[in-house]
Amino acid sequence: MINRNLMIAICLLASSAANAETLFINDATVHTMSSMAALQEGDILIRDGRIQSVGTRLIPPADARVIEAAGRPVTPGFFAGITQLGLVEISAVEPSVDSGLSTRALRPEFDVTPAYNPYSTAIPVTRIEGYTWSMLGPSRSGSIVGGQGQAVSLDGAYRSFLGDKVLFIDVGADAAGESGGSRAAQWMLLNQAMNEAGSELRWSPEPLLTAAGRQVLESYKNSGVVVFNADRASDILQVLEFSGQHDLNSVISGGAEAWMVADQLAESGVPVLLNGLENLPGSFDKIGARLDNAAILNEAGVTISFFGAGTHQARKLRQQAGNAVANGLPYRAGLAAMTVNPAIIFALGDDHGSIEENSIADLVLWSGDPLEVTSAADQVIIGGKPIEMVSRQTLLRDRYLPVDPDLPRAYIKPDID
Amino acid sequence: MAFRILLAGILLLLITARTSIASEPYPSTYSALPSGPVLIVNATILTGTGERIENGSLLISEGRIKQISGDPEEISPGDAEVIDAQGRWVTPGLIDVHSHLGVYASPGIKAHSDGNEATAPVTAQVWAEHSVWPQDPGFNRARAGGVTTLQTLPGSANLIGGRGVTLKNAPSTTYQGMKFPGAPHGLKMACGENPKRVYGERKQTPSTRMGNVAGYRAQWIEAQKYIADWEEFEQKKSSKKSDKNGSTTTPKRDLRLETLAAVLKGEVLVHMHCYRADEMATILDMAREFGYRVSAFHHGVEAYKIADLLAENGVCGALWADWWGFKAEAYDGIQENIAIVDRPPGGCAIVHSDSGEGIQRLNQEAAKAMTRGNRAGMDIRPEQAIRWVTANPAKSMGILDQTGTLEAGKMADIVIWNGDPFSVYAKADQVFVDGALLFDRHDPSRQALSDFELGQQPGAEL
Repeated sequence: MINRNLMIAICLLASSAANAETLFINDATVHTMSSMAALQEGDILIRDGRIQSVGTRLIPPADARVIEAAGRPVTPGFFAGITQLGLVEISAVEPSVDSGLSTRALRPEFDVTPAYNPYSTAIPVTRIEGYTWSMLGPSRSGSIVGGQGQAVSLDGAYRSFLGDKVLFIDVGADAAGESGGSRAAQWMLLNQAMNEAGSELRWSPEPLLTAAGRQVLESYKNSGVVVFNADRASDILQVLEFSGQHDLNSVISGGAEAWMVADQLAESGVPVLLNGLENLPGSFDKIGARLDNAAILNEAGVTISFFGAGTHQARKLRQQAGNAVANGLPYRAGLAAMTVNPAIIFALGDDHGSIEENSIADLVLWSGDPLEVTSAADQVIIGGKPIEMVSRQTLLRDRYLPVDPDLPRAYIKPDID
Repeated sequence: MAFRILLAGILLLLITARTSIASEPYPSTYSALPSGPVLIVNATILTGTGERIENGSLLISEGRIKQISGDPEEISPGDAEVIDAQGRWVTPGLIDVHSHLGVYASPGIKAHSDGNEATAPVTAQVWAEHSVWPQDPGFNRARAGGVTTLQTLPGSANLIGGRGVTLKNAPSTTYQGMKFPGAPHGLKMACGENPKRVYGERKQTPSTRMGNVAGYRAQWIEAQKYIADWEEFEQKKSSKKSDKNGSTTTPKRDLRLETLAAVLKGEVLVHMHCYRADEMATILDMAREFGYRVSAFHHGVEAYKIADLLAENGVCGALWADWWGFKAEAYDGIQENIAIVDRPPGGCAIVHSDSGEGIQRLNQEAAKAMTRGNRAGMDIRPEQAIRWVTANPAKSMGILDQTGTLEAGKMADIVIWNGDPFSVYAKADQVFVDGALLFDRHDPSRQALSDFELGQQPGAEL
């Protein structure tokens, strides 16, 4: 039965890709984010959901629908950050929130993906602003081990997950309350958990982990990605040491003081997802927060991306990139942080995050500079299909935009009219 | 004749009421840093009055704007220091009508949580200024973002949260040293979910929106009585007809009612946190019932649904460019909110921050709102959009006669931007407050650092 459903799903997917229109984007400034530089007067041919060719002076095939870019920029679809898109409808409405497990126990086997609802209104709201994928992560609950998440394409399908599962762990002051009041105890608990993961531990009277938890944690040794949320420089160094001891491929999120240990991060090959607007000592873990964090890390050779715009405001992430560029990050690095870098960080594969032959055709045509606050996405393409540039918010706008309508506005239904 | 006597009586009443009740305690000790005359030339100037001047010149002297012109010949520099602003833009200093700097200071520890006196649904007696920590590093960051004036408000846990204070964004060891001379107090009030949640969860009133409204009305009725009692007292005292039964006893002074009475007299301006369109309409009716004005609705995520009503009532909407979804009453947020609220004749949109991050980038927030309006078919120019972060907040705070636009005679609160401020790449190069250079991006000696940040990690930033 399961297999049959799976087969149907695969057939549907395959047929939808096969039925996708052939698209030809004409005369764009193409930020390929590959080894190729940005192409002026670039053309992109999209067939069966993938990029068939990208270059200059391409000839559109007869069956292609041509999108005239008229010099406007095209980028790979932007990364919306680590969010709870589809896991939260309204943050303060508890029954609509499924993103965290309220327990102090360490349950690495907790996985948010079964709760994912592609019909959340936040998904079109985010998607039409140029974001084609996100990393679903558990929200802060009660445990230093938040559980697992996974990347998701914002195409609106039920199971559009990308790549492998990712484990999320919180360390630092915010998490100290969840570990007996000391951040030293976080490492005590995490070490114990890692040791349990590697053994049967049938004899242990008080194990931290369930059998499923041991299995999951063990699976992250030497494979997969573990995201550590940490801001203070000394905590970040501790993450590096811990990751070395237990063979974890770690990523730092938060990283307000990451610039202070940029060389160590670069040497360990640990990427950082940071908040490009963070320059206040918002807590004692962020005393060193500064706006050129991204620039310093990039200069040191750390792979960076952005983080911290939240779920509903995920669309603000590119403003972080723009501000980072205003504060010394090279422009191309700013674009990379929104596209190819997160695809690399979360190991989505070569066919994500850049515009190259055979890449998945997740693209955005922008009205102007994609990092500028006065620009917007004119057309978003996911899996080779131009999406409808409509969200609940654009419908509300179109209901209230007309001056003095004849009938009450309840009769204005812009999606149906 | 009778009319004249009545008028004199009213005047006397007003004067005595002012001296006996509202005699300016905790006065401002702010004084501008001494500065010489400065002439800015070759700038693109957005005046905040809706004008854009190319190749403009602006003369500052004795802390005031002396002259502004598009004709460089018209202004003689005299002994002024000349700043060539070729390729750069000049705007009024930015103004944030909704800040919690100082009352929710960084770092955001419990010890700094001084913004909500959430111990009773009405705390009109508290003054935000008595919570303000002048060492909040956020003040310096906001100045680097071009903010020269801000209103620090209490939070929104309560129906009536207390008085807000308008501050000049000038470094000082006391809040009195920042207090905007002569600016009226604001009164923070709140609609909707917050008060009913905070008190409803404690099984107290209000626990519903109708409870909220009953709660405000009861307060206004008390305030009316308070005013009447004082008027009666003053009248008897002045007519010297003190009756022998001793009924001229001075009424008991009440801080809560003093604040509310000041609202009814128009001396304190109401700033009301209110998200939903229907609730704002209810509040406007209540204001009519008790004869006061709402200066601005804050947050107003649904303000676009009643843009005409707000404009007709002369009420500003102090709004975010794009926040939504964090609670039920914020579910209908749209990015065109600010543009639509500003659209009708008399419309008054304000970009506010409510955030230590947002206050540093009011120009970017305004740029986003302008862009969304234009993409929806409006024609909003920078010279109009700049008003959302300058003249309009100044108007709602009762200080437009002093600041908020670049006009001769006004305070020289000025920002020189490195380019078009409606850009993510724009930065404030120089920020003048009352003519004094309080921030210079290229001169570390003009970059203030709070006591808190002194001696912390290397590189704790500006």
